[in-house]
Amino acid sequence: MITKEDLATPVKPTWCPGCGDFGIWLAVKQALMQLDAKHEDVVIVYGIGCSGHMCNFVRGYGFEGLHGRPIPVAEGIKLANKKLKVIVVTGDGDTYGEGMNHFISGIRGNHDVTLIVHDNRVYGLTTGQASPTAEKGYKSKSTPTGQIEVPVNPIALAVAQDGSFVARGFSADPQQLIKLIVAGVQHKGFSVIDVLQNCATFNKVNTVTWFKEHTYKLEDEGHDPRDKVAAFTRAIDETRLATGIFYQDEREPYDQDVPGERGVPLVDHDLSEADITRTMNEFL
Amino acid sequence: MSLFLAVNKISFRIGGPAGFGIMNTGLMFSKACSRIGLHVFDYVEYPSLIRGGHNTYQVRAEDTPVRSQVETVDVLIALDEPTLTIHADELKEDSLIVYDDATIHPEHTVLKRGIRCPVPLKALVAEVGGPEIMQNTVALAAVLGILDYDFSVFETLVQDSFEGKKGGIVDQNIQVARKGYDYAREHYGHHSHYQLKAVKAPKRMVLTGNEAIALGAVQAGLKFYAAYPMTPASTILHTLAAWQERHNIVVKHAEDEISVVNMGIGAGYAGVRSMVATSGGGFALMNEGVSLAAITESPIVIVEVMRGGPATGLPTWTEQSDLRFVMGAGHGDFPRFILAPGDVEEAFWMAAEALNIAETYQSPVIIVSDKYLAESHRTAEPFDLSKVRIERGKLLRQAPKNYLRYADSPDGVSPRTIPGVPDGFFLANSDEHDDWGYSNEESGIRNRMMQKRMRKEAAYAKTMPQPALVGATDADVTIVGWGSTKGPILDAMDWLAKDGCKVNFLQITHISPFPAETVKKLLAGTKRTLMVENNYTAQMAGVIREKTGIELKEKLLKYDGRPFYPEEIYGRVKTMIGKGGAQ
Repeated sequence: MITKEDLATPVKPTWCPGCGDFGIWLAVKQALMQLDAKHEDVVIVYGIGCSGHMCNFVRGYGFEGLHGRPIPVAEGIKLANKKLKVIVVTGDGDTYGEGMNHFISGIRGNHDVTLIVHDNRVYGLTTGQASPTAEKGYKSKSTPTGQIEVPVNPIALAVAQDGSFVARGFSADPQQLIKLIVAGVQHKGFSVIDVLQNCATFNKVNTVTWFKEHTYKLEDEGHDPRDKVAAFTRAIDETRLATGIFYQDEREPYDQDVPGERGVPLVDHDLSEADITRTMNEFL
Repeated sequence: MSLFLAVNKISFRIGGPAGFGIMNTGLMFSKACSRIGLHVFDYVEYPSLIRGGHNTYQVRAEDTPVRSQVETVDVLIALDEPTLTIHADELKEDSLIVYDDATIHPEHTVLKRGIRCPVPLKALVAEVGGPEIMQNTVALAAVLGILDYDFSVFETLVQDSFEGKKGGIVDQNIQVARKGYDYAREHYGHHSHYQLKAVKAPKRMVLTGNEAIALGAVQAGLKFYAAYPMTPASTILHTLAAWQERHNIVVKHAEDEISVVNMGIGAGYAGVRSMVATSGGGFALMNEGVSLAAITESPIVIVEVMRGGPATGLPTWTEQSDLRFVMGAGHGDFPRFILAPGDVEEAFWMAAEALNIAETYQSPVIIVSDKYLAESHRTAEPFDLSKVRIERGKLLRQAPKNYLRYADSPDGVSPRTIPGVPDGFFLANSDEHDDWGYSNEESGIRNRMMQKRMRKEAAYAKTMPQPALVGATDADVTIVGWGSTKGPILDAMDWLAKDGCKVNFLQITHISPFPAETVKKLLAGTKRTLMVENNYTAQMAGVIREKTGIELKEKLLKYDGRPFYPEEIYGRVKTMIGKGGAQ
């Protein structure tokens, strides 16, 4: 079991007071402690942004990648060593802007990776430009007359693209978020967890109060996470934002279908066993 | 008509529209020549489309080593009329031309020279009820018949090549081959002034540069390969994908080259040998990843198989115009390790070497190749696998107490753990970081980390292979080149040596770090130099000038997508020496 001390680092969080990142950080750590996993068998891959800064506040095997690119790094790690529990901690700009292709492809491949997206509708670290989930009309430094595009709907996209685990949490409800992260990591496949959060400094519209007024829990309305049509219907309702597990199924994860692994994690293969003699002979 | 007898010295070409099985037929001819002990080099030209256009496959086979194609054609198979026009100038008076006169009319073309040997390809295929594509086999067998090639050897080759295909295909192919062979011998047996006869020789493989890279990487323990399809790198993907079960490799066709390089880095970080490949455009997308591998000190091998640029450029043609791009790849300062194989042997050994450098120096390593090397087949003896070394550097399976991943060290390389090792925790951080990996922007730490990483280049430079001159001592002309120009350069040198010309060759295989002192010393002792490059701006000449201060004034450059022919190099050197003459 992983303890609180195991996860402690000498670096103090640099997030603004009141930032939703604190709640997500707490939930990530609590979830790790509740998982039945060895500390060394967990890898967290981070994106770039305020969310990615969490890499300095959680001790363990970590990889802070490039903006938009943590998902393929995580997939490469999982394919190299399928024993590992691989988690991605990233942001909405990372995932739904720069990295949208990887988001969709990760879902398609059903790589056994848990994706936790900080979704605060702004780019915090670059001082508050509208993110891909910002509402139409949202005014920011990069959209002074209002955002023209409609927002990305990550939950609807994930359900439509055959996501095998699609959930939404809220940074101000860490208890629910812990459960979602534990369920996501335990799920064999690509787990999408979009996490609504406030940006205390730059987003004065989507505050904690605003999110509280606009969200409800799926479990309170008897939603069945095996009902894909119901999941999609709830996902496209942008007036009331649902939290909880929208959809889950048992589709085989990518690493179960890979021909080259032979049951043993790639990293455990003995490299000195390589012998291309027979293959070379085919060129004669 | 026979003017002379040429035994085991032949230049063969088959041409026709794409989709007519020209690639397979050409390769069959290469293998047929290799099977009787000849040295073979082949070269394909094809446009970037699936149907139509003009495809050609050229094979040169001799009983002494050959490493390039030549300008003249001794035997031509034409599967359409344009082939006769396009290649008319390559033919000599005594060249043999095989075609089906039911569909092809030489009088509609500009064909002037050559001996016409029409064979009813279509009719012969119809006699055995085979599919139209079998005309290739008939034409090939007809050529072998005229060349007095042993049919039983060809029969075995057909059996080996179609092994595993649906019942009847093998027999049907052999049947039509026999018909073509007999027809040609009966009608054109008297034209056997070109002959192919078995010679005593070791068994040789027929393989491309891409296949050699795949073989070398697998023997050196490659476990993870990712790619997005891009000519001319794609055949590495196809080759490794076909071997993934047999050799226990995970091969991932990812969504784009950005994903490819990031997956490769993830796999390398997690402890498996990891390689990716692409061409210039895909490599442009990978650039940020090169930088990421450098700062996180993650091993990965990236193969850049060049084609004609800029942009989509000449997708199926060759060029060496990405040298400067590869040398400058990735933003920021970090050690660059770049290898440039010049033939299939070097491709094999450098794939293994690159994986070793990547793990030893915990860095990205780039192999720069091109379409000409990647897709041309050459004969090579099976590689001596006992000489393949797997060097994993400072890889730890157990962590020492108070382990620090990025601790400073004299060679810049710090011991590396991988996920799964108890107490070996660290953060691989794309931000500048401290010894543990936590983000840190302090001046002192920044300087120490930069110096630590850069020191790896100096450490490697002490052990890296140094270039040497090959060829005549006290040469009048020194040819300088890199990569795939090696083949035509060496072939031209063979001809020049026969003419009594003293020529040698400086090939740069290890491009970064650049072996400046050795190159400077070698060039200082030369009389005249000729820089040979497949690009417009003589990029390597520029690098040599930058690194050594030596300007190579005389250049032979080509940027039309075609590789050098040895005749071009031979002619230029002859002019330089002032003796004139032709091969």
